[in-house]
Amino acid sequence: MRLVCESVGHRYGSLDVLDGIGLTVADGECVAVVGPSGCGKSTLLGIMGGLVEPAAGRVYFEGTAPAGSLNPITYVFQDFALLPWRSVAANVSLALEHHPLDAREREARVADALARTGLGEFRDAFPKQLSGGMRQRVGIARALAVSPAILLMDEPLSALDAQTRELLMEDFLALWLAARTTSVYVTHNLHEALRLADRICVLSRRPGRIKQIVAVGIPQAERAASAAAREMSILADRLWAAVREEAIDAEREIAHG
Amino acid sequence: MPNARSHMDDRRPVPFRGGGFSPMPVRYAAAIGFAVLLAIWELAVRRGLVSPIFLPAPSTIVAALGDLWRAGTLWQHVSQSLVRLAGGWCLGTAAGLAAGLLMGVWSLGRAVGVPFVSALFPIPKISLLPLLILWLGIGEASKIATIALGVFFPTAIAAYTAIDAVPRNLIRMAQSFGLPAGDVLRKIVLPGALPGILAGFRISTSIALILLVSAEMIGAQYGIGAFVLQAGNLMLTDQLLAGVLLISLLGLMLGAGLGRLERHLLRWR
Repeated sequence: MRLVCESVGHRYGSLDVLDGIGLTVADGECVAVVGPSGCGKSTLLGIMGGLVEPAAGRVYFEGTAPAGSLNPITYVFQDFALLPWRSVAANVSLALEHHPLDAREREARVADALARTGLGEFRDAFPKQLSGGMRQRVGIARALAVSPAILLMDEPLSALDAQTRELLMEDFLALWLAARTTSVYVTHNLHEALRLADRICVLSRRPGRIKQIVAVGIPQAERAASAAAREMSILADRLWAAVREEAIDAEREIAHG
Repeated sequence: MPNARSHMDDRRPVPFRGGGFSPMPVRYAAAIGFAVLLAIWELAVRRGLVSPIFLPAPSTIVAALGDLWRAGTLWQHVSQSLVRLAGGWCLGTAAGLAAGLLMGVWSLGRAVGVPFVSALFPIPKISLLPLLILWLGIGEASKIATIALGVFFPTAIAAYTAIDAVPRNLIRMAQSFGLPAGDVLRKIVLPGALPGILAGFRISTSIALILLVSAEMIGAQYGIGAFVLQAGNLMLTDQLLAGVLLISLLGLMLGAGLGRLERHLLRWR
C-alpha cells in the first residue's frame, strides 16, 4: 500500500507546527522523517495514522491491504503504550480481540508475533517485569500481530539506552527486511534513519516543512558492510549538514521562549 | 617522594554523611507498644489511680463485650448497623461511580457535574439527616440515604479524578488499533482508573462508618451508635467502650477487606 500526504498542515492554537507537507511513501518503502525538536515530526505521524486531524491538506492510502491485515495502518509508540495490568500475551492480544477471529487463530497470531520478536518465553510476564528493550519488543509484536500494511513508528527506540537501541535496531531491521512493510519511521537519530530508511525526509524547524529528501541508494542489508562505509559516511555528513542548521535555529527559538 | 609522604601524612577518611531518613521496619514494635499501653491502663485502674466509672479497665471492657455477646444484644445492634452500612455504601458507591464515569468520559457531564459535585461535597452530610427524616421518615431510609450521600461525593470525585488520570497514550494506542469506544472504556479506561477508585473506597468507607454511628445516635433504637449513646446515658462506661471497640474492629475489618481486594485486583502493580 502507498501512503500519500497532500499539502498537510497543522497548528496548535496560534502555533503553526506543520506547513505544506507533500510526501508519498511507496509500497514496500521505508521513509524516515528527521528534524529538530518541535518541528512536528510526531504530529505528522499522528496525522498519517488518523490520530490527529490535520488543519490543512489530506492523507490518503492507496492500494489494497494484503489478505489478513486487520489494521492496515498500525502504530509503534515511543513510550511502548503497554497496559501494565495485562501480560505480554494479553497486550498483544488486545489488538486482535475486537476482530472476528476464533480463539485458535487469535492465539496463533499472538504466538507467531511473540516468536518473531523473541518473546515466546515471556508471554505470561507483566510489563513491569521487563526491561525497556523487551517492552518495546512487545509493542512491535502487538503491531506485527495485526499484519499491518503500513507501519508508523514514532521514535520507537528513543526511550532505550544506546546498547539496547543498537540490539533492537538489528532485530528490527531483520524483521523489516523479511516483511518489507511500507513504513514511516520518525526519529531524531540520523544513524537509525540511515540504517533503516530508503529515503530520509528532513523537516525544517517549526513550522515543519520538507527541507530536503535524501535517498539512500545502498540496500539496507549492505549498509553495515565496510564496502559501504565511505558512501554511508558521505550521506551522514550530508544529512547532518541539512539538520544542523535547523537544529541550531530551533534550539535558539526554544531558549528564547 | 617528599610530596607523596606529605600527602600520606595529610590523609583522613571521608566521613560518612548518608545515614538516617530511611525508616527501617522494626518487628513487633507496634504490638509491644500496644501491649505496654494496655498494661499501664489496666494497672492504673486496678491501683485506683483512675476511676473505673469514667475509664474502665481493658479487661472489664472485654468482659462487657462477652456479656453482650452471650445475651444476644450485641448481634441485634451489629446486624442493624451492618444492614444500614451495606445499603448506604452500595447505593452511594453505585451512584458515585456512575457520576464519576459520566464526568470522566463525557464533556457535558464534566461541565455540569464537576461544579455541582465540588459545591456540594463540603456540606457535612449528617446535617442533612433532619431534612432526610422529614422527606423519608424516621425509619431506615433516612439513615441509609445519609450514608449514601456521604459515600456518593468522595466516590464520584475519586472515580472522575482516576479516569482523568488514565494515561492518554494508552487511549491513543487503543484507538490506533481501532478498538471500539466501548472496548476502550472497558479495557483501558476502567482498569486504568481502578487504583484511584479503590483508594476512594477507603475514604468512602471511613465516611460511611462515621455517618452510620452519627445517624444511629440521632434517631435509632438499635445499632452500634444507638447502643453507645444509651450506655453513655446510663453511665455504663464499660458497655460504652465495648461499643467503641466494636466500631473500631468493624473499621479495621473493612480496611483489611479493602486491602485484600486491592491486592487481588491490582496484583499487576
